[in-house]
Amino acid sequence: MKREDVPPPYTAVTRHEVFPTPTHDEAARFNFLTAFNKYLSGVVGPGNKLAYEKRVLPAFRAEHQRDPKDRFEIRHAMNKDPWHRFWSACKRNSMEMRQQNGRSMVLRQLEALDAKAREFNADRPTLELNPSVATPRYQNAVDIHCMPGSYHGEERPGDVSAGANYDCGIFATTAGGLGALSDGGGQALVEWIKRERPGWTPKRILDVGCTIGHNIVPLALAFPETEIIAIDTAAPVLRYGHARAQALGAKNLKFIQMNAEDLSRFPDGHFDWVQTTMFLHELSGKALPQIIREGVRVLAPGGLMLHLEQPQYSDEMPLYEQFIRDWDAFNNNEPFWSAMHAMDLKKVIEAAGLPRSSQFVTGVRAVVDPTVFPVAASGEKEDHGRAAVWNAYGAWKPQS
Amino acid sequence: MSDIDYILRAGARAKGKRPDFLGDPSSERMLSILLAVVGEVSVLKERLDTVERLLDSKGTISRADIEKYQPDRDAAYQRGLMTKEYIARVMRGVQQEMEAMQTDEKPVADISVDLRDN
Ligand SMILES: C[S@@+](CC[C@H](N)C(=O)[O-])C[C@H]1O[C@@H](n2cnc3c(N)ncnc32)[C@H](O)[C@@H]1O
Repeated sequence: MKREDVPPPYTAVTRHEVFPTPTHDEAARFNFLTAFNKYLSGVVGPGNKLAYEKRVLPAFRAEHQRDPKDRFEIRHAMNKDPWHRFWSACKRNSMEMRQQNGRSMVLRQLEALDAKAREFNADRPTLELNPSVATPRYQNAVDIHCMPGSYHGEERPGDVSAGANYDCGIFATTAGGLGALSDGGGQALVEWIKRERPGWTPKRILDVGCTIGHNIVPLALAFPETEIIAIDTAAPVLRYGHARAQALGAKNLKFIQMNAEDLSRFPDGHFDWVQTTMFLHELSGKALPQIIREGVRVLAPGGLMLHLEQPQYSDEMPLYEQFIRDWDAFNNNEPFWSAMHAMDLKKVIEAAGLPRSSQFVTGVRAVVDPTVFPVAASGEKEDHGRAAVWNAYGAWKPQS
Repeated sequence: MSDIDYILRAGARAKGKRPDFLGDPSSERMLSILLAVVGEVSVLKERLDTVERLLDSKGTISRADIEKYQPDRDAAYQRGLMTKEYIARVMRGVQQEMEAMQTDEKPVADISVDLRDN
């Protein structure tokens, strides 16, 4: 048995100062869920393809005298298959159990967590909350990835429960693939930019939809001279994220509660780096282009726009893969996921003002400590939609 | 202790209609109960392992020791392997159903008739 076939223990997660303290058994519950998720994707995940090829596709062909024409037809056919249904039921339960364990751990010590966050947050100019920011419709329609209360819900006014629950369970959902601080994506961006533009120090960075700042803190630490602003519409994750960033020593990072559809607070060309990480799939068909347009407007000539996401669907991607990548969309409350991944992002970015010739797409894999954490699997055993392997859709804004 | 009923709130339902996976609500509930029990047995096994390791290394244990326990790299690997094996035992039926899809078998009764006659 190879070491990397066994997931790292929950005790390998870094307990920064605002991290909820797990009991022995809460950690063990996350260990179970981590191993269970790995089992579902790695060991029996390929069974879905088998069911498709061996019986679902032949039955479809027999009935329709043709192949499925899109991922939706495959989904409707697969949703009748007993094996796929059972697998899906297990996966959904695993997510629900993860939420219950994370929430139980957080809510039983909420008093202490809120107090700790207040210590880091009170009267700091680096946290700006604005209660008049409404929760966008697309954030309110369902509780995203089955988190009761989503990012904006509070168990009591002014709390950090949503942020703390998000932070403590992401390790189990991704089977440890994001590393000790669940920031493997942000760490990868740091490595990438140091390779791409050695010696460059951006003056100002804007991170849009930061949640608790997992993937912006590494940039703040790597560029201590840079002024960094991270925005989100949800106050509970900002409270927690700000306290966490302060605890980790990221002092050049300011969190602002703001809707990214309207960045009028910032002048044109204000930032020389504007980014989103794992964000675009939680918007809507109208909000996404609007946010990209605003991002392009506040980006300085010569500046970098970057969007980290799971790979987009394209004609080259087999329909079966598109279908399995869509699993979270319909079974884990990600209602914009499917439509977003079918969008032509290059076209959207072009329409927002960055010509194709300024654009690029590059693969990014989570950077983690490989002696403790698994390097993300890709290919057949990949946990599609959740693997720590992404594409960066980017552009360097032309000078004039 | 905060004034909210954290036990009840921890299990709160997420907004959004839950898909129908198994075709009837009782099966759906049975699976969620079963998986919860499967998870708790795993927790008990891990706790017992902690107790054994602490006894091995110190000869005595306290609850505080259990709560503080952090496995080193080898212990973490062995415990991870234990959980992996445990899950594989629980999920044997699912694994075998997957393997069965790879073959095209006839009923044993047919083989039986064949062996009788040939
Ligand atoms: C999937 S999470 C982003 C994850 C995060 N960027 C990371 O890398 O860890 C989506 C976040 O976007 C926020 N959000 C959604 N719509 C927004 C909007 N219009 N403006 C700002 N934030 C928004 C949500 O509150 C949520 O915290």
